Amino acid sequence: MSEYFIAFAVGGLICVIGQLLMDLTKMTPAHVMTTLVVAGAVLDGFGLYDPLIDFAGAGATVPITSFGHSLYHGAWQEAESHGLIGIITGIFELTSAGISAAIVFGFLGALVFKPKG
Amino acid sequence: MNLHARVSRQTWQFTSDIRILGSGVSVGPLEGKGPLASEFDTIHSDNYAKQDSWEKAEQRMMKEAAQTAIEKSKLQSEQVDMWLAGDLLNQIITANYTGRELDLPMLGLFGACSTSMEGLALASALVDAGFADYVLTGCSSHNSTAERQFRYPTEYGGQKPPYAQWTVTGAGAAIVGKGGDGPKVTHATIGKVVDLGIKDPFDMGSAMAPAAADTLTTHFSDLDRNPDDYDLIVTGDLGKVGYAILKDLMKDMGYNMDPVYTDCGMMIYAPNQEVFSGGSGCGCSAVVTYSHIMNRIRHGAFKRVLVVATGALFSPTSFQQGESIPCIAHGVVVEGGA
Amino acid sequence: MAGNIKSRKKFQMSKEQYQKRSAEFRPKKNIFMNSLKAFVVGGFICALGQAISNFYIAFFNFTEKTAGNPTVATLIFISVILTGLGVYDNIGQFAGAGSAVPVTGFANSIASSAIEHRSEGFVLGVGGNMFKLAGSVIVYGVVAAFVVALIKKLIFS
Repeated sequence: MSEYFIAFAVGGLICVIGQLLMDLTKMTPAHVMTTLVVAGAVLDGFGLYDPLIDFAGAGATVPITSFGHSLYHGAWQEAESHGLIGIITGIFELTSAGISAAIVFGFLGALVFKPKG
Repeated sequence: MNLHARVSRQTWQFTSDIRILGSGVSVGPLEGKGPLASEFDTIHSDNYAKQDSWEKAEQRMMKEAAQTAIEKSKLQSEQVDMWLAGDLLNQIITANYTGRELDLPMLGLFGACSTSMEGLALASALVDAGFADYVLTGCSSHNSTAERQFRYPTEYGGQKPPYAQWTVTGAGAAIVGKGGDGPKVTHATIGKVVDLGIKDPFDMGSAMAPAAADTLTTHFSDLDRNPDDYDLIVTGDLGKVGYAILKDLMKDMGYNMDPVYTDCGMMIYAPNQEVFSGGSGCGCSAVVTYSHIMNRIRHGAFKRVLVVATGALFSPTSFQQGESIPCIAHGVVVEGGA
Repeated sequence: MAGNIKSRKKFQMSKEQYQKRSAEFRPKKNIFMNSLKAFVVGGFICALGQAISNFYIAFFNFTEKTAGNPTVATLIFISVILTGLGVYDNIGQFAGAGSAVPVTGFANSIASSAIEHRSEGFVLGVGGNMFKLAGSVIVYGVVAAFVVALIKKLIFS
């Protein structure tokens, strides 16, 4: 049960950071999301995001920061095995699920639904 | 009485008996649940108004409002000389496509939410000057067409601040002509563009209040009048926030607005409807003016009303480029009695 | 015609004065309540993610490392359904960042754009606008990942 509690608490806190960025600065939601994604990539660059995932599970993989982490992670893995060019070839290696699912389901959504207003 | 049409650079006095012969409004479901619902001519139970896009729904409402106005004026559409209209969408497509349906000579207007009174002032001037016998003027807005153009897709989960406003889904139109016993248009004050540096596109009330203050001050001093000379002074769509600011600004100028002042954006929705600070959009002042206010004037409840429609003249491009929001307000005086 | 210029009272105020003045009338955002709502809803979505992840591990032979992908895909699916039903925007008004920051918010920004622009056709509307909100997240994520990986590569190896 404690893993749910930790996921709840850590995920919730990342959302609070996002909320404070929105309420205390003049950032639009788009600015907040890009900031968090960049933060995820940078934290992973310092090797800090993986320990967070080990600790919080979905609390760290569900927020958008993990998208930055996955982008960096893919790039870095490939870079280690194939050198500099690996950065380019590896970036989307691990984020395929998120982006593909969003495109496919988003498209299907547009086939099925009409905006409700 | 001075029968000069030009009172000042900004204020006009109509020299002949300019009347609103008839008016019509058509609204969406949320407005149809508001406190003025019983006075609306057409209420749609769904936001699409049985059309397949938001834009077509808005056009349908505008056409209905226009046709109701023509019918109530007991005219044939061939007798109408001019269609003066505008809306919030790019290239005022609602007004233009409605013009295509109505088959009338047309002049398109854009004054954002001030278009309602811009249209009424110009219609009265055209009739007064003899260029037209009957002018049809109207404007419209639709919550979803405005959201998707100015803000986000309608299903996007962005959080709006408490001072945001809710764009009214609805259209209002009126026929202006000479003679009869309808509400009489006596004066108009054309506003200047005022920009006091508000940049937040959600904060329209604060952005527009100074424009309304400028036009009101000009109007009162040009005609040597006070708020007490009116039974009702109503602004277009300042919402609760802009309403409070305007009262405060006018107090500074030495005018006590309290007893007679209200705002269309606060009248069109009930307090329990979740519309943040209140209604906005071209449709807001048009719908309230061309239903409730016209009815009250006809019934003699109001003898003299000043409607000041306020418009925020920005575009998605201008605010993304960090520009502040220029605003304008136009006032028209409508009187009752024969 | 000098008489044509009317002298009268003028409404005048500087931008600075007005910024101060109008701020007094603007209702404040309730930052504490907003944060609390964001915490609860965001936390709930993450706990739900944890449950989905455990489900895949228990029944479909995923490991803790590999369960992330189907979990994300499932959350995105749920988010698209809620967006299409017209519910997600209401959740967003309540929860703010609580429903925007999780991957469901990313999916909502894509699905809402796709659904909204269907009226302009499937190529120019749906295809052309799908990423109009999410695009910047992908662009900055990719550029940041590239830059960080490049710096690390050049300095440490």
